Amino acid sequence: MTPKRRRLSIVVIGLVMLGTSAALVLTAFGDNLVFFFSPTDLQAKTVAPEQRIRIGGLVEQGSLEKSKDGLVANFRVTDLQNVIPVTFKGILPDLFREGQGIVAEGRLVKGSFIASEVLAKHDETYMPKEVADALKKSGKWKGAAQP
Amino acid sequence: MIAELGHYALALALCVAVVQSTLPMIGAARNDTVLMRLAQPAATAQFLATVVAFGALTYGYVTSDFSIINVAQNSHSLKPMLYKVSGVWGNHEGSMILWVLILSLFGFAVAAFGNNLPPSLRARVLSVQGLIGVGFLGFILLTSNPFERLDPAPLDGNDLNPLLQDPGLAFHPPMLYLGYVGFSMAFSFAVAALIEGRVDPAWARWVRPWTLAAWTALTGGITLGSWWAYYELGWGGWWYWDPVENASFMPWLAGTALLHSAIVVEKRDALKSWTILLAIITFGLSLMGTFLVRSGVLTSVHTFAVDPERGLYILGLMSVAIGGALILYAIRAPSMKLGGMFQPVSREGGLVMNNLLLSVATATVFIGTLYPLFLDATTGQKVSVGPPFFNAAFVPVMMPVILLMAVGPLLAWKRGDLPGAMARLWTAALFSAAVAAFVWTQHAGTAFGSIIGFAFAGWLAGGTITEWAARIALFRQPLSVSLSRAVGLPRSAHGMTLAHLGLAIFICGAVADSYWREEVMVNAKPGETISIAGYDLTLVSIQHSQGPNYQTETARLRVMRNGAEVTILSPERRFYPVQQMPTTEAAIHSTFLADLYAAIGDGHAKAGWTVRVWHNPLVPWIWAGCMFMVVGGLISLSDRRLRVGAPKRGQNLSSSETKGPESAAQPAGAD
Repeated sequence: MTPKRRRLSIVVIGLVMLGTSAALVLTAFGDNLVFFFSPTDLQAKTVAPEQRIRIGGLVEQGSLEKSKDGLVANFRVTDLQNVIPVTFKGILPDLFREGQGIVAEGRLVKGSFIASEVLAKHDETYMPKEVADALKKSGKWKGAAQP
Repeated sequence: MIAELGHYALALALCVAVVQSTLPMIGAARNDTVLMRLAQPAATAQFLATVVAFGALTYGYVTSDFSIINVAQNSHSLKPMLYKVSGVWGNHEGSMILWVLILSLFGFAVAAFGNNLPPSLRARVLSVQGLIGVGFLGFILLTSNPFERLDPAPLDGNDLNPLLQDPGLAFHPPMLYLGYVGFSMAFSFAVAALIEGRVDPAWARWVRPWTLAAWTALTGGITLGSWWAYYELGWGGWWYWDPVENASFMPWLAGTALLHSAIVVEKRDALKSWTILLAIITFGLSLMGTFLVRSGVLTSVHTFAVDPERGLYILGLMSVAIGGALILYAIRAPSMKLGGMFQPVSREGGLVMNNLLLSVATATVFIGTLYPLFLDATTGQKVSVGPPFFNAAFVPVMMPVILLMAVGPLLAWKRGDLPGAMARLWTAALFSAAVAAFVWTQHAGTAFGSIIGFAFAGWLAGGTITEWAARIALFRQPLSVSLSRAVGLPRSAHGMTLAHLGLAIFICGAVADSYWREEVMVNAKPGETISIAGYDLTLVSIQHSQGPNYQTETARLRVMRNGAEVTILSPERRFYPVQQMPTTEAAIHSTFLADLYAAIGDGHAKAGWTVRVWHNPLVPWIWAGCMFMVVGGLISLSDRRLRVGAPKRGQNLSSSETKGPESAAQPAGAD
């Protein structure tokens, strides 16, 4: 095999691999992309209950309630225009508190969000980017210094 | 005063770097020895100036000089000394200084130990290294000056983010940066070689140890980070496919490919232009990691405070460095001579497949990480890509890599004997089947994927040991002969065996944890018992106490198994008043086979506490496997043929050693 043909065959093998992996990537994307919605987006769009989505916004002041055994947390997430109730079973992240920006992942069941994961930013002064953008969209953004 | 000295030293380092990046390059082009020799003192001076700057900032932290904004924002007088020192790189500005310090350290190493490099290559390598230094020193001075003063100085500082107040901060970032920045050497050598228009085995003998050192440090750094997240975040997991984790994982994958292709350049003088391209890509991915972490485009645990200006600067720097290198590559690479010939089935062929597969794997991680950014920028649609994507796209690409990893080392250089290699792998196949059967008996009804995962790990371990045993003629010769053969084997061979075994061990840990992890979450009052995986955990008490700069609630969980006390687990929940932030300190009882992992949430005497307990099987194997890889890298690095500064001496040794079949006839070090 001449060096040129060798190089060609390596390129062909590489392309085949790339093609295969592109197919893998695309199918994986189709099943596993998790879309982000703000509470206002959820008013406008319908989301199937089996679809995993992310929501984000500020935890409404005074909305956090815990079940008697302390395992289930109920709170409301707001983009200061619309509100969505959230239920979460588990230990809330260390930085979770009312008035702070959070992102939650889970499913929407009958207008209420059942979260399987709640993420709060580990940097106090910073808000999750999705949440900041959602607030900007609702016209309630007051700059990065907002708690 | 000290801070101003540090600032001045930084500016001085920039000036020296400008000299280092221009004059030696001109000297090399004109064949002017005086200008070329300028590179060494310049690299040394740049390193010393950076040391002074780094020392000045450290001094500010140690003495709690809150008139420096950076110290006031990230330190506190009550903070323990360990975190005062490691807090230097616990923030954006300080970590950039550490970055530049390591960058100039590598330049200094070439200046100090590069005496047997061709003078023009050495001058050019140092020049390119200096150019990277100019970019990053300029970045610090223009956008992220850590020495800015604050007037009036506050009485006390804002303290360091409590999550970072952990010994992990002392080791994880420096190790990780050694790895990231270490790939700058491969990049500088690649660009210098493109300018020279020449790549030979001597070049590869230089690039390989640097790449190996960077790879080893990066492996250690990623492992430390993963371990830190595992015990600090209290989420029970060790890898989340978080964009920032991926940002460090991509250079690791590309660096692994580079490590293997550099072997082909060194031994067989082939794959030269591919290796250069890989070196550029690997460092490019390191730069991209820096960009992702510091530009605020991502939401993650690791990202520093957002500043679009900084993101733009690094993006520009990255485009210039990578774009420039790729243009140079496009111009010069076609003129490179094609190297040694080889058959498709050969050690080289195996390494080519390794490189192709690892590159494709890097690409899948790259797409999964950047696609959300791309979609947000083009359509405004926000998505996230999580572990399920990577399990579906990345794992299948890595499976053939594992399959081939057992076969490749058994093939000879130039022309391999595939049926022969497969015939020698029957023990590996047997071992693999035995492992799978054992797993099946232990976990009857377990998912098919876990059996496959263990079978792959068994195949890899079996193949790796077969190859090692064949080299020392284990069981074919008397044990004493085998032992002396093992001693005579080059250390890089032992290193490879260890690293490949490490991957097999790692796979076992990762597969077991993802399939058999158990989790219990309850609300418990003192006296109540939680049962998981055969253990009974009784909440004995909750105590309140005061740490140096935090208050803490410590739970005491007595762990019983079959009626006998195993241990007491003491998970904590700390509260840091300065930052108004709680943290979770998990408690872990680790045995050889599993981790029992406990964390507590908030609660009080009346309602009880939320207690979360995980049983994570084989997680210790994950760390053990990574340790094997690091130790393998270190042993390989200590190989005398690879010892930095001694590439020529290795020539005599390498021709007498016994490599795989047939390759003994192939002198490895033909200059």
